Amino acid sequence: MTRAPTWLLSAILAVVLLALWEGAVRLFAIPVIVIPPPSAVAAALWQGFGNGELVANFWITLAEVVLGFIAGAAFGLVAGALIGLFPLLERTLYPYIVAFQTVPKVAIAPIFVVWFGFGIASKVVITATIAFFPVLANTIMGLRAAPAEQVDLMLALTASRWQVLRMVRFPQALPYVFVGLDVAIVLAVIGAIVGEFVGAQGGLGFLILQHDFNFDMPGVFAILVLLSALGTGLHWIVTATQRRVVFWLHDPAHRTIGA
Amino acid sequence: MNAAAGLAPPLIRARHLFKTYPARDGTPVAALSDVSFHVGHGEFVTVVGPSGCGKSTLLRMICGILPAGEGELALRGAPVTGPSASVGVVFQSPVLLAWRSVLDNVLLPIDVQRRGRTAYLPRARELLAMAGLSQFEGKYPHELSGGMQQRVAIVRALIHDPDLLLMDEPFGALDAMTREQMNLDLLRLWRGSGKTVMLVTHSIPEAVFLADRVIVMSPRPGRISEIVTVDLPRPRRLAMMATAEFGRLTETIRAHFGAHGEFDA
Ligand SMILES: Nc1ncnc2c1ncn2[C@@H]1O[C@H](COP(=O)(O)OP(=O)(O)O)[C@@H](O)[C@H]1O
Ligand SMILES: [Mg+2]
Repeated sequence: MTRAPTWLLSAILAVVLLALWEGAVRLFAIPVIVIPPPSAVAAALWQGFGNGELVANFWITLAEVVLGFIAGAAFGLVAGALIGLFPLLERTLYPYIVAFQTVPKVAIAPIFVVWFGFGIASKVVITATIAFFPVLANTIMGLRAAPAEQVDLMLALTASRWQVLRMVRFPQALPYVFVGLDVAIVLAVIGAIVGEFVGAQGGLGFLILQHDFNFDMPGVFAILVLLSALGTGLHWIVTATQRRVVFWLHDPAHRTIGA
Repeated sequence: MNAAAGLAPPLIRARHLFKTYPARDGTPVAALSDVSFHVGHGEFVTVVGPSGCGKSTLLRMICGILPAGEGELALRGAPVTGPSASVGVVFQSPVLLAWRSVLDNVLLPIDVQRRGRTAYLPRARELLAMAGLSQFEGKYPHELSGGMQQRVAIVRALIHDPDLLLMDEPFGALDAMTREQMNLDLLRLWRGSGKTVMLVTHSIPEAVFLADRVIVMSPRPGRISEIVTVDLPRPRRLAMMATAEFGRLTETIRAHFGAHGEFDA
């Protein structure tokens, strides 16, 4: 099957599902505050964009997600590199990191809000702690991915330890790092929303709570649509970057760790 | 050829070499036992023996990536203490770096040894041309066939003009036709280069076809059973494999392994 028909099928599927949804809601007269029909959600989206409410809060959440992702990924990369390169750190430090990872982030989110306030800072911190681990775990794994033969070859060529790292181990780790980044970007959106649920002055998660409070289901669903678009867009950016950077990986063995 | 008679030390000299791998669990593995031989400057020596008889161990010790065991192992008279920049290595798999183009893979030794790319670019192109890879210098390894990848590996091993080439079953993963062609190409590259080659193989005919001398090894623990001198004229041609002399030499070697059936070729 060629690409175009698949694409078309997917679009037709969406239209059919939306029509079924709309029809079912009308046929069974389901109240809007239980399940809103797609037409009402579309209207809420239109209205939200019109009065600027969605856009303003979208920027807040996007900022939290991007800043938290960058901070978490940066820490994950550095810590992963250190742990991956120094086995002593893996035996001494890594167990504590794993122990921290097992604590549900939802449970520590209120603490971060107390520490860093109701503004964007606490959300960035929460997002960063969630984005951190997948990048860390995959970086550690990636630094071990170099086949022994490649290292032997480098040593036989009189390469220094640093040259082996730079010319073999780092490039070899990149596919793994991107798997971690991809998991992290999707988790980052969750992290920001969790943070906003716990206590915030703005953002799409904050907006969800407000609409929920007013029984405005179409408004809530409109935000969910926007959040899904945000997550998909960010995932697409990471994947597109991965394809350019790790261009040699024509058959990516997608191994996911630490989600 | 056999330069042992000269005053200069042979290129490789191994005397009463032993190597035991430490026990991870249970008993230590004796990989080499009382191995003595020498390889002269410009000689083409092959090492043949069944799996596990210590061929790779020997080669890895000579290229300095495996600590020497007991006994004496010297390159140009100096004990081997680590890798040397004047040695080229080829392993059974091409071990190309996927993110480097063919040309960049070939220039890897130049980058590692900081020799300066510009000075070696003409040589890289010349070697790639000799290996029939001129149109492929910008390609990436995954775009090449297995035989082409191994050619790149051989060109890479030669780029810094080493005087010793160590090859560990370099054609073991290739089909029979490609393998014969690679043998001929290797001899063509070697002839007149003055380089010394030590090549490990699984195949008795290949060992005889390529070599001035064949070191025959037997397993458990790895020791040398015989060193067979091959007096076939050079340049070698595939037709020589049908001669009585070639048959006699392969039979001599095969006799060391009896009916164990450990050899495929
Ligand atoms: N790193 C190692 N640790 C322990 N034993 C090893 C190691 N490498 C090889 N051996 C053992 O040493 C023996 C010789 O191995 P090797 O040199 O690879 O043989 P060959 O290349 O002739 O097949 C084998 O019994 C093998 O299992
Ligand atoms: Mg071997």
